[in-house]
Amino acid sequence: MDTFIELISQPWHWSVSGAMIVVVMFLLLWFGGEFGVSSNLRTLCAIGGAGNKVPFFDYDWRAQLWNLAFVGGAVIGGFIGSTYLASPEPVDISMHTEAYLSTVGIQTPNTLSEGAGFVPAEIFALDQLGSISSLIILVLGGMLIGFGTRWAGGCTSGHAISGLANFQLPSLIAVIGFFIGGLAMTWFILPHILTL
Amino acid sequence: MKLIKYLVVGILFGIVMTKSEAISWFRIQEMFRFDSFHMYGIIGTAVILGALVTFIIKRVQLSNLGGSPIQINDKNMSVPRYLYGGIIFGLGWAMTGACPGPLFTLLGHGIPSILVVILSAVFGTYLYGVLRQRLPH
Repeated sequence: MDTFIELISQPWHWSVSGAMIVVVMFLLLWFGGEFGVSSNLRTLCAIGGAGNKVPFFDYDWRAQLWNLAFVGGAVIGGFIGSTYLASPEPVDISMHTEAYLSTVGIQTPNTLSEGAGFVPAEIFALDQLGSISSLIILVLGGMLIGFGTRWAGGCTSGHAISGLANFQLPSLIAVIGFFIGGLAMTWFILPHILTL
Repeated sequence: MKLIKYLVVGILFGIVMTKSEAISWFRIQEMFRFDSFHMYGIIGTAVILGALVTFIIKRVQLSNLGGSPIQINDKNMSVPRYLYGGIIFGLGWAMTGACPGPLFTLLGHGIPSILVVILSAVFGTYLYGVLRQRLPH
């Protein structure tokens, strides 16, 4: 058992990760649900009572509780992953990305004591909440995610994985959109926000 | 009780997102800068294996646990909705380094600032609901 825990605590190869995502997708379909995480944001609006004012949120959200249980699990899974299955080393980021990020003031952790390397402290540390760059990234970034996924009818799970796997042209268009937006942000906009 | 199984798959998903490092802001930067194959490998493997699984489910008309055949619905065709919505989501994805699944997993990692992103995303979805009639679909 210890050897097993040690084995799965290593960072997973991309092919193992991709295959495990398909296991998750299959289980959700088999249980009677589907693999689409962003629908939960709509469910949360509906639970909050948004249906009283906006018809888009006036639906039977109780039928979507399974999906909320799924993201609840995703939170617990994150806790288990970081607490009991923590990697022996930080995320191994490409030297090119690392060199670029240092020019915009973001340091990539190279040792565990600097952090596991999942998110940069320069943006996500609590004491950064007062900085204008962090606030723009967290608040505006979140709003773009919520607005965009619902307009496009799905996010990475629903379109880039489930949709493409079902050869859906709409999903391909959405994924092309994801990349147009993502590339524009990464190459042209984010460098300015980070150096504000 | 019916929800427990979804909670368990969710836990598995959270572990997969963590160990795949897909929740890492740095990995998403690396992907959009084309500096590493890692994220493309994950998504590519998932799409190829997912296509195989989807094909088999349809071919053998596999039933779900409830006994009815698994339905995988086609999406309605349109361009503006997917393109514009997709671009807006992409902007947010590259900014925060997280899509909706990883947002929740990062919360489990004990990163409190992620709560700001989640609440903003819920608000963004609300704004979409308000403006929906005026947007091209």
